Amino acid sequence: MGHPSDLYTMTISAASAALEAGDISAVELTEAVLRRIDAVEPQIQAFLTVTADHARLQAQEADTRRSQHGRLSMLDGIPLAIKDVICTHGVRTTCGSRMLDTFVPPYDATVMVRLNQAGAVLVGKTNCDEFAMGSSTENSAFQITRNPWNTDCVPGGSSGGSAAVVAAGQALGSLGSDTGGSIRQPAALCGICGLKPTYGRVSRYGLVAFGSSLDQIGPMGRTVRDLALLLSVIAGHDPLDSTSAQQAVPDYVGSLTGDIRKLRIGVPQEYFVEGIDSGVEQVTREAIAVLRDLGAEIIDVSLPHTRYALPVYYIIAPAEASANLARYDGVRYGSRAAAETMWDEIEQTRGAYFGPEVRRRIMLGTYALSAGYYDAYYKRAQQVRTLFRRDFEQVFAKVDMLATPTSPTVAFPIGQRVDDPLAMYLSDIFTMTANLAGIPGLVLPCGFCDHLPVGLQLLGRPFDEATLLRTGDAYQQTTSWHTYQPTLS
Amino acid sequence: MELTLNEVEHMTRLARMRLSADEMERMREQLSAILDYIALLNEVDVSDVPPTAQVTGLSSVMREDTVLPSLPRNEVLAQSPDHAEGMFRVKAVFDD
Repeated sequence: MGHPSDLYTMTISAASAALEAGDISAVELTEAVLRRIDAVEPQIQAFLTVTADHARLQAQEADTRRSQHGRLSMLDGIPLAIKDVICTHGVRTTCGSRMLDTFVPPYDATVMVRLNQAGAVLVGKTNCDEFAMGSSTENSAFQITRNPWNTDCVPGGSSGGSAAVVAAGQALGSLGSDTGGSIRQPAALCGICGLKPTYGRVSRYGLVAFGSSLDQIGPMGRTVRDLALLLSVIAGHDPLDSTSAQQAVPDYVGSLTGDIRKLRIGVPQEYFVEGIDSGVEQVTREAIAVLRDLGAEIIDVSLPHTRYALPVYYIIAPAEASANLARYDGVRYGSRAAAETMWDEIEQTRGAYFGPEVRRRIMLGTYALSAGYYDAYYKRAQQVRTLFRRDFEQVFAKVDMLATPTSPTVAFPIGQRVDDPLAMYLSDIFTMTANLAGIPGLVLPCGFCDHLPVGLQLLGRPFDEATLLRTGDAYQQTTSWHTYQPTLS
Repeated sequence: MELTLNEVEHMTRLARMRLSADEMERMREQLSAILDYIALLNEVDVSDVPPTAQVTGLSSVMREDTVLPSLPRNEVLAQSPDHAEGMFRVKAVFDD
């Protein structure tokens, strides 16, 4: 246990053990995190809302429970941050958009109900690309979030705020959402761990919809063990989300045996292609060598349709987005522009309160779904999506998981890619395949390149998060990359 | 694939989203570039490949037809930019 002022550096599992032992209180832990937010938030700008009073109250309640009846769960009294696309009852939820500037949800997302039942403490809502569309968090309508490792660089996105707060010690863990890499890419760029679960593993009820066949909520934290703790609480079937899976939730923490001997890990050649930074490739290959040294068998494999992931994604995601975002008409919630007629109001509201990237994707999706183009774009993209799924099915008949880089580069300078949508989209080429196929993906820090973190990505079979977590945890038991913390004044 | 300004304008009508003339031109250029890139898919042989709309394998998920409480009306209406008498208020939908 550290000095009380350093409690914000703890992992969730260490803090939970210290709370259980009575070495620290939830109030001390929460106050340490709130002080840290006061100290570094002016530099990082990761929160859209800090819920300090609410957090203090929840921490006091956690301490009362602990002294009277015992804790509700391993997360009882643990300060967490939540991406601002996840509805929090009574706490403003903006999606990083002027459209929802003043939106205060009248209900909790299912993941929030579960976290509240587990006793977790909410310290705030984190910045993100508007409606989770982006790879740098620069598409937020409100502020630019900075990478704690180099404040001239982006934290990645779209869950950039949720990644930055964990890296900077402003929360012990967080939730993000991942439609094409939005948990994993910022986790890699900020040097933390992140998991996109299998589609359907975690309820999407109360997650503001972007691409409904791709979206998934997942945990972010400093260690793979912490992700296992968080996933245990948020995973499971939810009657309010008909796409959530009935499969039983395994004991994720219990699966962390440290033993990955005889595990077969595939390395897809298509993920080490032209365009990947040589330093990122080297660090990733070194991490794969560590897995081999731990007893895993490394096998070269091929996913031949990988090069089509980006064009498929940029039809399917905008098409689904254009339908999902049709609900923002300024009638039931959010902002409304004043005009002469009802239709003028709706058209001006949508033109004025959506940001440029959201407008671009709505237009692209509308085009792909419009009469005369549907077969050429949307249907063809869905067919190629089938080919991806087949690629993965074939490869998972031979190996237990895949190891790949997370993003072709480390964190890039703020402003560098904002005017070039395609260059921005390329930072997700290694992550979007998991969303298209619906499979889980784990990212964990595996070294540095140009003084910025690099993340290793492990992709698994549907509903086999346990094997991914076991492998990531085994890696962290023999390496120390996850213990590095950025220096912030 | 070079989009025309007319096509862009048509999309803004379908999407019910008003854009300035400047932005329509910028959108035309950017969307044309993205569509060029997407044309990469034309080289894939998709004959006899069924489309994937979603990955769950679930279809027509049913539940018991039980009445459950809905959200409190006042809290929901409070989020609206304009409401009256328990309803959302908008400008007239029909002329005259």
